Amino acid sequence: MKELFKLFGIFFKIGAFTFGGGYAMIPLIEEEIVNKNKWIDEDEFLDIIAVAQSIPGALAVNTSTYIGYKIFGLKGAIISCLGVVLPSFIIILTIAKFLILFLNKGCVEKFFAGVRPAVVSLILVAVFKLKKGIKKSLFSFVIIITTIILILIFKVHPILIIIISGLLGYYFYKGVNVDESNS
Amino acid sequence: MSQILKIFMTFLKIGAFSFGGGYAMIPFIEKEIVEKNSWLSLKEFIDIIAISQMTPGPIAINSSTFVGFKISKFWGAVAGTIGVILVSFILMTILASYLKNFSNSKAVKSIFMGIRPAVLGLIFSAAVSVGKTAIVDFKSLIIAFIVLFSILKLKLHPILCIAISGIIGLIVF
Repeated sequence: MKELFKLFGIFFKIGAFTFGGGYAMIPLIEEEIVNKNKWIDEDEFLDIIAVAQSIPGALAVNTSTYIGYKIFGLKGAIISCLGVVLPSFIIILTIAKFLILFLNKGCVEKFFAGVRPAVVSLILVAVFKLKKGIKKSLFSFVIIITTIILILIFKVHPILIIIISGLLGYYFYKGVNVDESNS
Repeated sequence: MSQILKIFMTFLKIGAFSFGGGYAMIPFIEKEIVEKNSWLSLKEFIDIIAISQMTPGPIAINSSTFVGFKISKFWGAVAGTIGVILVSFILMTILASYLKNFSNSKAVKSIFMGIRPAVLGLIFSAAVSVGKTAIVDFKSLIIAFIVLFSILKLKLHPILCIAISGIIGLIVF
């Protein structure tokens, strides 16, 4: 029971103090779970990150759930997931409650008029980061361009694109030894 | 179908298909929340992304809690948050107990050879459609360029960039 509380406390702390989303949390989780508490060893931690990235959803949620399960079973999974999500939930709820009152008022509107173009750049930065993990090939290029055309011009649902591109990847690469450096 | 249940189902769908975390979710939220259900305007949604980036925690959770709250107050926030985590929670517990080498399997690797470039295309498209709403004049175009340069070349922290562009907004708009 005491250990469960400790696990909850660790993930709550990480959820409450990491800015910048899931990827920013990985080194902190590693420090607490692998180095300090030695609940999981380094190799297994890397495997967990790989699995967490192969599953849809928020990386932080996936990682904490898996780690919690590995240490204390289903109870651990629930506790870790709650721990990492709860701070966001409380903080956002508080901000949303008060900010909504001000969002369309003078200076707040001006502040966000400045922030909105910055968001475009943040999304582009995510594109640049992602680019590094993608194999440079005609196949990748065709998928990227087709996706952009289907989304922007033909307004196709993103879910359809994920399913089809996954199937195409399977079809074209199932017999090929996928290079480690690209995973 | 009640509104809360509809929010839950929508975020369940978003959580189940967005590979690659927070930013990968943007095109899905845009499609489901802005286009299909018209629960938010694109402008409101962009503001929510900015706030989600400035507050601690995963961007995916922050934005779904916020969007849920905006649509249906407290229970909307609960439905959005649980919806977005449920599928990955279930998948992760199953994988943690049954499969050891899931992400090393050849099938998973080859599937991701297709999904990864598609996610890049999706996120790029999100940047374009957000850009259409966010970049309205020369001033906002300049802000976008300054931020892109500051993060990629000067390695400034994104939160700092958001704060500074907000202040620039206060001055120039």
